[in-house]
Amino acid sequence: MEKRELICIGCPMGCPVTVELDGGEIASVTGYTCKRGDVYARKEVTNPTRIVTSTVKVAGGTADMVSVKTRDDVPKGKIFECVQALKGVTIQAPVHIGDVVVANVAGTGVDIIATKGVEAASA
Amino acid sequence: MKSYDIVIIGGGPAGLAAAIAAKKEGVDSILILERDKELGGILNQCIHNGFGLHTFKEELTGPEYAARFIDQAAELGIEYKLRTMVTNISPDKVVTALNREEGLFSIQAKAVVLSMGCRERSRGALNIPGYRPAGIFSAGTAQRLVNMEGYMPGREVVILGSGDIGLIMARRMTLEGAKVKVVAELMPYSGGLKRNIVQCLDDYGIPLKLSHTVVEIRGKERVEGVTLAQVDGKGKPIPGTEEDYDCDTLLLSVGLIPENELSGDMGVEMNPVTSGPKVDERMQTNIEGVFACGNVLHVHDLVDFVSEEAAAAGRNAARYVKGGENQSTGQVIALNPVNGVRYTVPCTIDPAKMDDEQVVRFRVGSVFKNCFIGVYFDDERVQHRKRQVMAPGEMEEVKLEKAKLLERPGLKTITIQVEEA
Repeated sequence: MEKRELICIGCPMGCPVTVELDGGEIASVTGYTCKRGDVYARKEVTNPTRIVTSTVKVAGGTADMVSVKTRDDVPKGKIFECVQALKGVTIQAPVHIGDVVVANVAGTGVDIIATKGVEAASA
Repeated sequence: MKSYDIVIIGGGPAGLAAAIAAKKEGVDSILILERDKELGGILNQCIHNGFGLHTFKEELTGPEYAARFIDQAAELGIEYKLRTMVTNISPDKVVTALNREEGLFSIQAKAVVLSMGCRERSRGALNIPGYRPAGIFSAGTAQRLVNMEGYMPGREVVILGSGDIGLIMARRMTLEGAKVKVVAELMPYSGGLKRNIVQCLDDYGIPLKLSHTVVEIRGKERVEGVTLAQVDGKGKPIPGTEEDYDCDTLLLSVGLIPENELSGDMGVEMNPVTSGPKVDERMQTNIEGVFACGNVLHVHDLVDFVSEEAAAAGRNAARYVKGGENQSTGQVIALNPVNGVRYTVPCTIDPAKMDDEQVVRFRVGSVFKNCFIGVYFDDERVQHRKRQVMAPGEMEEVKLEKAKLLERPGLKTITIQVEEA
């Protein structure tokens, strides 16, 4: 039986989680202190995913940059493609939290959304 | 002179949570003074996710977490001044501040909440020899440049210190196209959260060299490289272990220091371990009506706990102003951190004045595995909790119940310590 020791990244608690694999099948998950740990560990050994955060340029706003994130987590292997897709993207102020900046980023089916509001600069 | 019931120094997560809690407790006359151009403090540059799981049960980025509080403060009609620098607070709570519109002005407060946050330890505190070339940044400065101003500080990066901001910036710089060659940490363990090692270093194959430090910075105009060396148990470099790294940028993530010049000047008593004020169960300092919360009190890992602690400070400031506090019986219980526990917040508890449940937060001095946290009422052990692992980078807590303290009118000391299995 294969044993994998993981640190849950679901929240900053960082619980140590142990997954036992039997021929690629998950036999047991132990060590987590909340549901997220169980979910994370199962995903991490089968299909690891991450939330990606970055920034894009803003035109005509009170700030030059606005922070963004993937609305949901994306496969770990797609992180760089997601960031690459943001290169050269400029959005027009005003920006609101939750506005879609790039739809279906890197073919993941997940949107990139704004995580901060930027008001339009007064002319 | 203008006057307010509560003046809050700093509009970051601590100041916002304190203001909201004070307002909800029934005080209307509240003013937040913030030196930056917007509320939200350091959260504005922390664009990564992981904030708010405890508070909102969802995973937010820093700006999103801040927006929840900024919106709430706006709904409650809490007054604030931006781009306003507080220069002095007198022991009788006259706050002197200045900004471009009003010049220098003074405000009389009935209660003051100190929530100024912390700042980063700089190169000057480290005694690294060499020239002073461009390309040496504190991790937080680099974070602000990349995330808010849209500048890239460099292309080939070495990071000294494995504090959370350094780890977060290792990932951020990598995503923006820089090559992060190594993270060096003086201590034999990381100062950051485990999750950040996993998702910021391991995910990107960035090596973490424990018990290593920078012994030389090369380059005169711009950083050209650094030399790392292994250190012995006393933190002294071991000759013969030097390794050269070519790089144009050195980021420093070597610790945060509560920003307490204002507190010190007004006569607030400090805890030398945290570099923050000593506070009682209400987050009140030795000066009556002056409260402290957030990173100015002790440096936190999780903003959720800052919000929680600050809300307590805000509530208690409101009760102080309204005169609705419980009467003290004169009993003051000292908290006594020993055997691996470095400090506690609060430092003292008056059982008559505490809430039904008191959270006591602390840090340990080194890494402990398979051990217990023991809590003693004078000589009697009352809590014994198993901890798989504890590290200095992760804040710990114990909870004390008012009812249990009231059962022991003679109680003088509560000792908290690490115990071997």
